[in-house]
Amino acid sequence: MDWLYLTEVALAGLGAGALYALTGVAFVLIYKATRVVNLAIGEILMLGGYVFFGLVAGAGLSIWAAIPLTILAGAALGVLVERTLIRPMLGESPISVFMVTIGLGSILAGIVELAWGADPLRLPEFIPNTPIFLGEAYVAPKVAYGAIIAALLIAGAVVALRFSRGGVALRATARDQGAAYSMGIDVGRVFSLSWMAACATAAGAGVIVGAIGGISPTMGIFGLSVLVVVIVGGLDSVAGALVGGLLIGLVEALAGSFLGGEYKLLATFSLLILILMIRPYGIFGTHEIERL
Amino acid sequence: MRIGTIKLSYATDEALFDTRVQWVWLGLLALGLMIFPFVAGPYWVYLACLVAINVASATGLNILTGYTGLVSLGQAAFMGVGAYTVAVLETRVGTPFFINLLLAGGMTAAVGVVFGIPSLRVKGLYLAIATIAASMILHFVFAHWPLTGGTRGLSMPPAGFLGIALDQPQKLYWLIIPVTALMVLGAANLFRTRVGRAFIAVRDRDISAEVLGIPLLQTKLTSFALSSFYAGVAGGMWAYFFRVVTPESFPLINSIFYLAAIIVGGMGTILGGILGATFMTLVPEILKLVVGWITPWMPDALSLLAPIRTIVFGALIVGFLIFEPQGLAEIWQRIRRFFHLWPFRT
Repeated sequence: MDWLYLTEVALAGLGAGALYALTGVAFVLIYKATRVVNLAIGEILMLGGYVFFGLVAGAGLSIWAAIPLTILAGAALGVLVERTLIRPMLGESPISVFMVTIGLGSILAGIVELAWGADPLRLPEFIPNTPIFLGEAYVAPKVAYGAIIAALLIAGAVVALRFSRGGVALRATARDQGAAYSMGIDVGRVFSLSWMAACATAAGAGVIVGAIGGISPTMGIFGLSVLVVVIVGGLDSVAGALVGGLLIGLVEALAGSFLGGEYKLLATFSLLILILMIRPYGIFGTHEIERL
Repeated sequence: MRIGTIKLSYATDEALFDTRVQWVWLGLLALGLMIFPFVAGPYWVYLACLVAINVASATGLNILTGYTGLVSLGQAAFMGVGAYTVAVLETRVGTPFFINLLLAGGMTAAVGVVFGIPSLRVKGLYLAIATIAASMILHFVFAHWPLTGGTRGLSMPPAGFLGIALDQPQKLYWLIIPVTALMVLGAANLFRTRVGRAFIAVRDRDISAEVLGIPLLQTKLTSFALSSFYAGVAGGMWAYFFRVVTPESFPLINSIFYLAAIIVGGMGTILGGILGATFMTLVPEILKLVVGWITPWMPDALSLLAPIRTIVFGALIVGFLIFEPQGLAEIWQRIRRFFHLWPFRT
């Protein structure tokens, strides 16, 4: 057993896991507030990467102007989607809403392919390229900086959720919509807010993911891994998204380098089935008790 | 206008087709299907076969999702199990095609039951996600098991019937259409029996159904088995139709396609499965035709086909769910009601 190699693989896995965790947090935000499982999160992330590419390569903006604009575009998309597609589905069965998000994902993937073509593209380099060593173990600089940015963003999201007015309103709505409404919280606005925040986060994550691995119209597959992350962690738990993200990142990296790349999905999905059999509501999720 | 449909016995009340007019229309449909391969060109017969295979699979998914309320995103992978079973039997054993198709159905039913086991602990979205996991695992097995030929897949000889090789869509038509018709009829009759009604009870409220004495686990697994059987037979026909089976033939997007088909058609109605699968299979072909027409004016139209198809696919799902949640079957009923009530309600 080569411990150095193992450490390097594990670190790379945790770095990738941080991005899963970030996207997972976006997913959880939507689920907490609106009980919608958003399968389009991978496509929204992809769109973020492409919008960033379009702003930098197409419109010629500088990178530091393009990043905030991308995030703004993500937020705008979130509000638009919530108002036009999700709000009319209020009160429909969760499966229908889930399918709407699948349809949305398909639409977004098609639009991206229409606008930018089907070939993979590379984002302009903006992450420093000097190698990083933790002790003796080498970490790819892009992964390391990506993980650091993701960690900062997650910390920001947690603080905002804990202390900001919107965050408190969101948690109150998640706990009990009726009570939140009677306390004067505009539940409809909380729905929009959660989609806005989540899509902005996803778009930001898309920029980082794209900077690490390039962008292509099939990038939405990232959303499937994120789905595993949030199911393992618990759909309505931010902490679950964090733990799940790191865990899935680690499992994927270990399976990928010790068994072979094709075992990545097998490993994560086997883990998913295992978790579903043992704790269907995830590690930290709320166990919902059904009443007749 | 329709008047005077008086039902004098339970048998007539329960009948699938309750008026003579329906029988006449059904007879005309059967006649039309029989004449079709003689008057239509090879392309249309090819399309008809493809539609029929998709109808069979969508009907199977409708049993599981539309009638039992268990959402599955694994239908395409189950079809893959059927297709591989047929391909392996055809190349290694050489048994006749009807035995192969039945065995494909049986094999897929067994696999379906195994992957249906999580349904006793999880339901709704969690089950949908468990079936995504199932299809990923099956995909892995297809690509890595020596018996299934790895990523190159399996090629197989055409089905033989009394010494005739069914190698053209025109010939396979006579295999695919009757089998599909039989399966659809079977599904329609299923919901007049105790088993089928138990499915509906489980869909409407599983806890209540259990209180009423319906064994939940058994019912759910039966539904999984039946639905997978349909997928398996459809997959088997698919294998005979294309004669090459690879792991990439049954991606997750195909499972979404079948779920979309029954949503667009109307969940929980037999007609919905038929209409939805037909519609969703034909829409890309219509898009292809449109692209063919506009190519003289827009030379690069062909390159836009794939993304536009993806967009239309998504827009159909979203549009139907928001504006017509009952699907095409409901539109069909509306048209029928218009004619039934014609002079009185315009």
